Amino acid sequence: MAQGSQEWQEETLRVDQTDLQTIKGGTGRPLLVLHDELGHPGWLKWHSALARDHTLIIPLHPGYGRTAAPEWIRSIRDIAGLYSIMVREQKLAPLDVIGFSLGGWIAAEMAACNPDQFKRIVLVAASGIKPTEGELRDIFQMMAPDQLRNSVLDYENTPEFPNLFGGIGPEQFELWEDARAQTARLAWQPYMHNPSLDHLLGVVDTPTLLIWGKQDNFVPLNAGEIYQRSMRNARLVTFDQCGHRPEIEKLPDFLRETQNFLA
Amino acid sequence: MHISYFTERPYRYVPNDMVIQNGFFGNPNKFFDPVKGGQLLNEYLDEKLLAEELGFDGVMLNEHHDTSFCMGSVMNVEASVLARITKKVKIALLGNPLPIVGNPLRLAEELAMIDMISGGRLISGWVRGGGSEQFASNANPAFNREYFNEAHEVVIKAWTEPGPTRYEGKHFHYRFIDPWVLPIQKPHPPIWIPGLLSPETVEWCAEHRYPYIALATFLPPTVDLWNFYRDAAAKHGYQVGTENFGYLQKVYVAETEEKAHEIAKYDMFGGAGIGYSLFGQPQWMFPPGYNSKQATQRIARQFSAPDAIIGSLWANAATGGAQSAQQTRQNISAAQVEHRSGIWGQTRESVESTRQQIFGSFPDVERQFQIICGTPKTVLPKIRKVLECLRPGIFFFWQNDGPIRREDRVNNIRLLGTEVVPAVREMGKELDLKSPFEVQPGSRRLPPSGKAESIGSLEPVAGLFSQA
Repeated sequence: MAQGSQEWQEETLRVDQTDLQTIKGGTGRPLLVLHDELGHPGWLKWHSALARDHTLIIPLHPGYGRTAAPEWIRSIRDIAGLYSIMVREQKLAPLDVIGFSLGGWIAAEMAACNPDQFKRIVLVAASGIKPTEGELRDIFQMMAPDQLRNSVLDYENTPEFPNLFGGIGPEQFELWEDARAQTARLAWQPYMHNPSLDHLLGVVDTPTLLIWGKQDNFVPLNAGEIYQRSMRNARLVTFDQCGHRPEIEKLPDFLRETQNFLA
Repeated sequence: MHISYFTERPYRYVPNDMVIQNGFFGNPNKFFDPVKGGQLLNEYLDEKLLAEELGFDGVMLNEHHDTSFCMGSVMNVEASVLARITKKVKIALLGNPLPIVGNPLRLAEELAMIDMISGGRLISGWVRGGGSEQFASNANPAFNREYFNEAHEVVIKAWTEPGPTRYEGKHFHYRFIDPWVLPIQKPHPPIWIPGLLSPETVEWCAEHRYPYIALATFLPPTVDLWNFYRDAAAKHGYQVGTENFGYLQKVYVAETEEKAHEIAKYDMFGGAGIGYSLFGQPQWMFPPGYNSKQATQRIARQFSAPDAIIGSLWANAATGGAQSAQQTRQNISAAQVEHRSGIWGQTRESVESTRQQIFGSFPDVERQFQIICGTPKTVLPKIRKVLECLRPGIFFFWQNDGPIRREDRVNNIRLLGTEVVPAVREMGKELDLKSPFEVQPGSRRLPPSGKAESIGSLEPVAGLFSQA
């Protein structure tokens, strides 16, 4: 249903018994894109850039507004399991994956269960691991618009910030509330992490790029350092003056690192 | 008619300005002095004894967490004391917040012990807990309804099924239920459900034939919800009666009008007084997944309005979207929101001016019977209007919130007990307001036509609610 200059289309993939709404766009090797805890933020500049060399496959997580959540999904690992089924059924393995925040956590769980399904892994400000220095910020103690604004270091001077989610309207507010409710179901306690994940990641020797903003106040940089130590073949890249969304806060640096890594 | 006494048991010594700025949740507890708090708790227990002595049929407790407006953080402890020191009154717990208790089997045991020690005087009740309470107990708000339903099943099972038995739900798991403490009252203590007019809760009450207690809600939407209960009850095959309904009414009395007004005004700063439903800032009131889809849509619409008055949506959400006659709350709420930082608006108004707005709204609050105050003689006709309008079989007097001095509180209770309660009891007889102790809720048959009759009507208060 590509219309005019739209670079993506939406389709429904039947996985297990779930109708998984999925955004697809671009050309080239498949790249699984796992969105964050507020949902798919819309097609941004980094999507366009990566879509030149990759076919972006962006499943809309069950319960995050567009894909209905099956009752059996009760943890992030369950979503990871559902996506592993999708990867196998679509015969995509081994493929590249990039996950953001909670989406990074999903990617890490998938890798921990079956490292061979991925060729390369990019985790951007991934939650899932509890830092020993600093704390995972409680996003449930703020309303969604505050959550969005606090996710970047300086929203007023982040050019693409107003494009996230197409702005604030009643429909978007509802979608955010769906997303926040589902995140609560999946990650209220232990809060935004899985205590066994760093141990299970020990088997993962897949080449991994970890990207973190040094001033990330949602998932502190220390969590990225633990990811690096836990995985066998991970490199951590940090950007200064950057919060939880390097993909819009430091777009050129982000593209340089990811495009080099995924080339 | 069952007549009961209630106060929130506020911690009176909280800095007023802080509450005006922040609401009632999220204030640091360094402002709490346990010595003063302990003294207050004992005074409140003594006031319950006084209520019994003066002839109230019952006393009611509630539970809130991490807030100065109600010190009943573990009301079962207070109820345990009352079970021993009172002799006749029913002890209504409205209600235990099922989703946040964590261990409903232990709750069943605690309540059974209260019923046993009191000689079978417990009235149980369940609530979902306010949004802020989900944080206070780290109870996942997205599972609030599921926790509520399962915890209710566990308690009823523990009370009524011979042990050992077993319960394995989605959230609660017990493979050995065999408590050696059980309620004296059979099959279990009465269960009454308090609320702020959430249709989901009212429907659930009708299904279980539990009386519904409206907590000082505006009269027009309360009548609407009575009718909603009526229709839901009819679906379950019975005719509602006065025994299905209770109402909580703020009443302040003193020897003179002036004195009563002076005391009642302070109520605006206490209990849930400031804007009534303003327990705290929006992020505390609307945790993720806590609200129904319908309520979330209301919030979304108001949120994205250009001049969104966030306070009004709190009030609307709290009352299930009932729109009528809420302007007063909205004004107060809006004034509060002005002070909040972040997305809700920068500080634009002084604490003092907000305080004046709160006081300034008192005439509206009084006109719409949200607070009834005066001498015993002048409050009675107003109480009668409320009784005629809602026809509740259960009537709770609510008072003594806010920074009200002990002697004024005691005087208030004494005047109520000696001059108001006896007259209200007579009104109950005249109006045939049967309590659940006189008529078993859910025992009335539907009329032959199958069409259920209404219980409440706005006619007696016509003119009070121009927007209604």
